[in-house]
Amino acid sequence: MMNIPATPAIGITAASVSRGGRPVLRDATLVLRPGEVVSLLGANGAGKSTLMSVLAGELHVPPRSDSGLPFLNGKPLGALKAGEQARLRAILPQRSGLAFDLEVSEVVAMGAYPFPELAAGQVQALISQALARADVAGLAHRRYLELSGGEQQRVHFARVVLQLLAGQAGDNESRYLLLDEPTASLDPLHQQGLLQAVYTLARDNHVGVLAILHDVNLAARWSDRIALLAEGTVFACGTPAQVLTPANLEKVYGMALHVMDHPGHTGIPLVVFG
Amino acid sequence: MFAGSRKLPPRPVLLALTACLLLAMLAASASGAVHIPWRDLPRLLWGTLAPGDELLHNVLLDIRLPRVVFSAITGAALALTGAAIQALFRNPLAEPGLVGISSGAALGAVAAIVLASGGFFLIAGSAFSGSLLATFLAYSIGRRYTGVAGILLAGIAINTVCASGIGLFTYMANDSQLRDLTFWSLGSLAGADWRTLAWTGPWTMALLAYLCSQWRVLNALLLGEREAAHLGFELAAVRRRLIVVIALVIGPLVAVTGGIGFIGLVVPHLMRMLLGAHHRVLLPASILGGALILTLADWLARLLVSPAELPIGLVTSLIGGPFFFWLLLRGKASGQNL
Repeated sequence: MMNIPATPAIGITAASVSRGGRPVLRDATLVLRPGEVVSLLGANGAGKSTLMSVLAGELHVPPRSDSGLPFLNGKPLGALKAGEQARLRAILPQRSGLAFDLEVSEVVAMGAYPFPELAAGQVQALISQALARADVAGLAHRRYLELSGGEQQRVHFARVVLQLLAGQAGDNESRYLLLDEPTASLDPLHQQGLLQAVYTLARDNHVGVLAILHDVNLAARWSDRIALLAEGTVFACGTPAQVLTPANLEKVYGMALHVMDHPGHTGIPLVVFG
Repeated sequence: MFAGSRKLPPRPVLLALTACLLLAMLAASASGAVHIPWRDLPRLLWGTLAPGDELLHNVLLDIRLPRVVFSAITGAALALTGAAIQALFRNPLAEPGLVGISSGAALGAVAAIVLASGGFFLIAGSAFSGSLLATFLAYSIGRRYTGVAGILLAGIAINTVCASGIGLFTYMANDSQLRDLTFWSLGSLAGADWRTLAWTGPWTMALLAYLCSQWRVLNALLLGEREAAHLGFELAAVRRRLIVVIALVIGPLVAVTGGIGFIGLVVPHLMRMLLGAHHRVLLPASILGGALILTLADWLARLLVSPAELPIGLVTSLIGGPFFFWLLLRGKASGQNL
């Protein structure tokens, strides 16, 4: 495969995907490297979820000569079995539909399922770590169903954190985390807390993180790079200061807005809509 | 179900269930139309026989024991497949009977009896094909709809079709076939002897052990199909394999016992209330609970109208029906989604 980078990365180059005859992604290119946090911004229907589904291995991309296929650490994604993918990449969906009665620590422990070689004691230690990182250590022995929506979301975050930490316990492969609107049901404090934990995961554990976000300012505060998606194409990708210009943002969101300097963090733009 | 309450520790519960099961099996072996005193049991089973023991010995070894063991295995199989199907369909109301698997098996068995006057193997094979077809239908219809409606409606349709098929074969049957057929509608463990046990027992236990080993993927499915795939499970393959295994368990058993309903619904529910939904615990607990409840039900069926016996399917429906009502009323009261 010509367009697959040899260095560790997950991504797509010039991928086009149609759903029901309608093109959803057109020549979209996005490469995520270990250790960086990339936010994906776009209006409803811009193709954010489709792009993430492609990287999650859920959507088949029609092959086109030498480009368009998703890749993971130097191999086409399709060449890796689901089990192998799960050892390298964790995904936090927008909303989990768990309706059965489990204990919080049992839900989090599922993150270790791709790694059956780990001993029970190791998994137990990783569970405590993951719970602490997701700020849900106090909930370990509660029943999942009696938690609030935001608490449930953080429990699932702990589950995917465990999935990444469990892999790092065994080898030095590069790993990735895909987050689909991880802050949707969280209050401002926990939105910051979760993205802080994501940032730490990227820096300290060298995990590559791609997050779909709706809050431009959260993205500006916590991302190394921001990718702007409109009409199925990634038309801008770079540091928050480079990308978050009034012209770019109006193209994405189709409304008037102002970009100014963040009063609390120098060098970070602050976007005010309307 | 009782989402807020803390669960019992698994180990003591599993031990208590095992103890209760052994006691129930002993009690069921000892009592019936011919009473066998408890203190005679060890001598009849392992000791040298005294004169006059012949009858008791024969009753115990040739009639009671195979039946008790068979009812324990059948109960275990029905409860475990119920628990597995509930996870597989992501639906706490799924059950081999409710989604049409048992009636598919019954239709297969009845067709073999009437069309081919089949022996045990033909009936078991035909029952297996019927249950496989029904499972596949229920699954492929059920997954088109979100929520429980699709699968339950599919179950109603399958049960209706199978019931009319069984009715048609009943209409075609001659007198001796008719007698064989009657028991499908009611269920009976009277057909259990050492020969059927030898053919179905090891087979069933091996498949149950396999199902128990699949606790990880069943847990992952509780999260959702996408989440299970993200955890590395090849869902299409896993699902196909589990459906075939479940049909392989249910088919031959239904060929012997006929329709025994509700065990697969009631037992996993009870166990989930006591222990939670974690399948590493839930699956063995369902095995023990199912074996215990069907052993007790069969004992009751033989005891209540002794020396005659009630059809076992009637007894389990008498327990299961009201339980189902309670489940529905309770869900409504707490406004929870089924």
